[in-house]
Amino acid sequence: MEKTYRIEGLDCANCARKMEEALNALDGIASAKVNFLLQKVILQYDADDEKEVIKQVKKTCRKIEPDCELIG
Amino acid sequence: MTQKQKRMLVRILAGGICFGATFFLPLSGVARLLSYLVPFFIVGWDVLWRALRHIARGQVFDENFLMSLATIGAFCTGEYPEAVAVMLFYQVGEWFQSYAVGRSRRSIAALMDIRPDSANLERDGQIVTVSPETVAIGDRIVIRPGEKIPLDGVILEGESSLDTAALTGESLPRDVKAGDDVISGCLNLNGLLRVQVTKTFGASTVSKILDLVENSSAKKAKSEHFISKFAKYYTPIVVLGALFLAILPPLFAGGAWTEWIHRALIFLVISCPCALVISVPLSFFGGIGGASKAGILVKGGNYLETLADVKTVVFDKTGTLTRGVFNVTAIHPDDCSAEELLELAALAESQSTHPIAKSLREAYSLEPDGNRIQSVEELAGRGIRAEIDARTVCVGNDKLMDEIGVTWHPCHHVGTTVHVAIDGAYAGHIVISDELKPTAKEAVAALKKVGIEKTVMLTGDSDAVGREVAKTLGLDEVYTQLLPAGKVEQVERLLSAPGRTGKLAFVGDGINDAPVLSRADLGIAMGGMGSDAAIEAADIVLMDDDPQKIALAIRLSRRTRAIVRQNIVFALAVKGLILLLGALGVATMWEAVFADVGVAVLAILNAMRALSVKALAPKREK
Repeated sequence: MEKTYRIEGLDCANCARKMEEALNALDGIASAKVNFLLQKVILQYDADDEKEVIKQVKKTCRKIEPDCELIG
Repeated sequence: MTQKQKRMLVRILAGGICFGATFFLPLSGVARLLSYLVPFFIVGWDVLWRALRHIARGQVFDENFLMSLATIGAFCTGEYPEAVAVMLFYQVGEWFQSYAVGRSRRSIAALMDIRPDSANLERDGQIVTVSPETVAIGDRIVIRPGEKIPLDGVILEGESSLDTAALTGESLPRDVKAGDDVISGCLNLNGLLRVQVTKTFGASTVSKILDLVENSSAKKAKSEHFISKFAKYYTPIVVLGALFLAILPPLFAGGAWTEWIHRALIFLVISCPCALVISVPLSFFGGIGGASKAGILVKGGNYLETLADVKTVVFDKTGTLTRGVFNVTAIHPDDCSAEELLELAALAESQSTHPIAKSLREAYSLEPDGNRIQSVEELAGRGIRAEIDARTVCVGNDKLMDEIGVTWHPCHHVGTTVHVAIDGAYAGHIVISDELKPTAKEAVAALKKVGIEKTVMLTGDSDAVGREVAKTLGLDEVYTQLLPAGKVEQVERLLSAPGRTGKLAFVGDGINDAPVLSRADLGIAMGGMGSDAAIEAADIVLMDDDPQKIALAIRLSRRTRAIVRQNIVFALAVKGLILLLGALGVATMWEAVFADVGVAVLAILNAMRALSVKALAPKREK
């Protein structure tokens, strides 16, 4: 399934690029796009273990940019 | 400005004033160091703090960390003013970047302010305000003057003018009446409209457009991919270079440690590729945003890039260069008046559903008097035989005339000729043809002007009609009497033509065009009257069906490409130069920080030019 999240506190374009790279490397994520200009994260993942996937996603985002908050 | 930006601005100003004061204080030794640490922490404490947190998470090549390292290193080598200045200007650059990005984001959001908030649903004779998502196909809604049309539909009652500027960039209002289709996102200017909904909100024009533009930045252009790759390697390479510079020369060539560490710190100051990483997508985003302001929807940065390379434009005829509506263009009576000829034809065709019959009735404009018609017989593929006012009237093509033994003569006008015979005698003919769009000729001329090498038209229409249209418009090549598959073949032939340079764009509107649209390097669809399949298959959609917009889109795409190239070349050149001068010991930290921040600011300012469409729009007549 595909889902779009808003992301807050993403201040640097290079961080967005790094975040996209890290999210795409996660298990359970088919494809991730981090749109710096729209401050959005578009994820494609298996719906089975949604909670776990999102937990991982949030963790990854925080690792790269501690001030980032995934919303929605 | 957001709260965050305001706070940051205050800190920058406070730090700057404090820094300026310290600069002129006659202090020395520890007192001097401490006095410089005050503005340093005012401006840069968050950078240091984030750097610490990033190290804790194992993020080494992070710009906060590199900046911290560079400035702390400068303090260690005794260059206090440089250290504070680097931090100060770094923050100025960051602030400006966030401000500029926020601004262009907002201007694009404002552009896209077409999402309706509510719909006035008619339910059991009452009007209730509901969310547009809950309205179903077939529901009736009321749109008051000043409201946005929430869903696509057809007008049941009422007359009004619609402001379609948000969708098409067209500033002249469009007049609509009962029976007309309306699309969501338009603004109802003056009349009350009752509309029957024909599409759900998700399938309505407004949702589709918003979707398109929001997802457009997901489709990355080649230069964006290049920058992403570049950024991935740039920072580690520069940091490694700094490391070598700091260690190797003093170790093996006997240089002074402070001198070489100082040179290494200069590397760290310009190790962030942010100017490039932000300015390239920002340019494409601006280009796409600017295009949509002009009613041109581009589905991705990659298509904008392809469009800039287009050298061949292939058109479909009907609905693309012509209006796709048949009209009576000539009435040539032989032995009666023009009015009588048209009246008889319209009466004979009064029951028919054929497009030709419709155009005859429209030209006649009066309601045909059914009492005058005694009998009607449709002759498939030939025409109609009717008894009108006790006379036998035959209306149809040349086959019908031959069949009833009437000598007819061809018409010099290009189009579909409808002959009329009364009681076995030839009465004359009426010519029906599709009209050219008023801007079609200018559109082709404008394409030539922007350097399109070849314009081609493909049509299923007859040879005579096709050639006439091509000649009038000044097209280079025309291929007629093509079936849908034939259009694909022609495009494939053009694609594989030897010696072809540049890309090929196909412009079409119909369901039949979908395969051609996806086969061409670039598909451009007419969004207003185009079929959903065509809009789906296309890469670029012209909302107002105006072929003139193609040349505008090409110019826009070329300007965007130029901006992107300028930014890449400029940023790389400046960074490369400073790296070189820094390694040679010519550049100081001052130059490095100005190069870093200055390049970012200039690249962003340059990128924001892509959003402006005014300078490129054709001048409107009158």
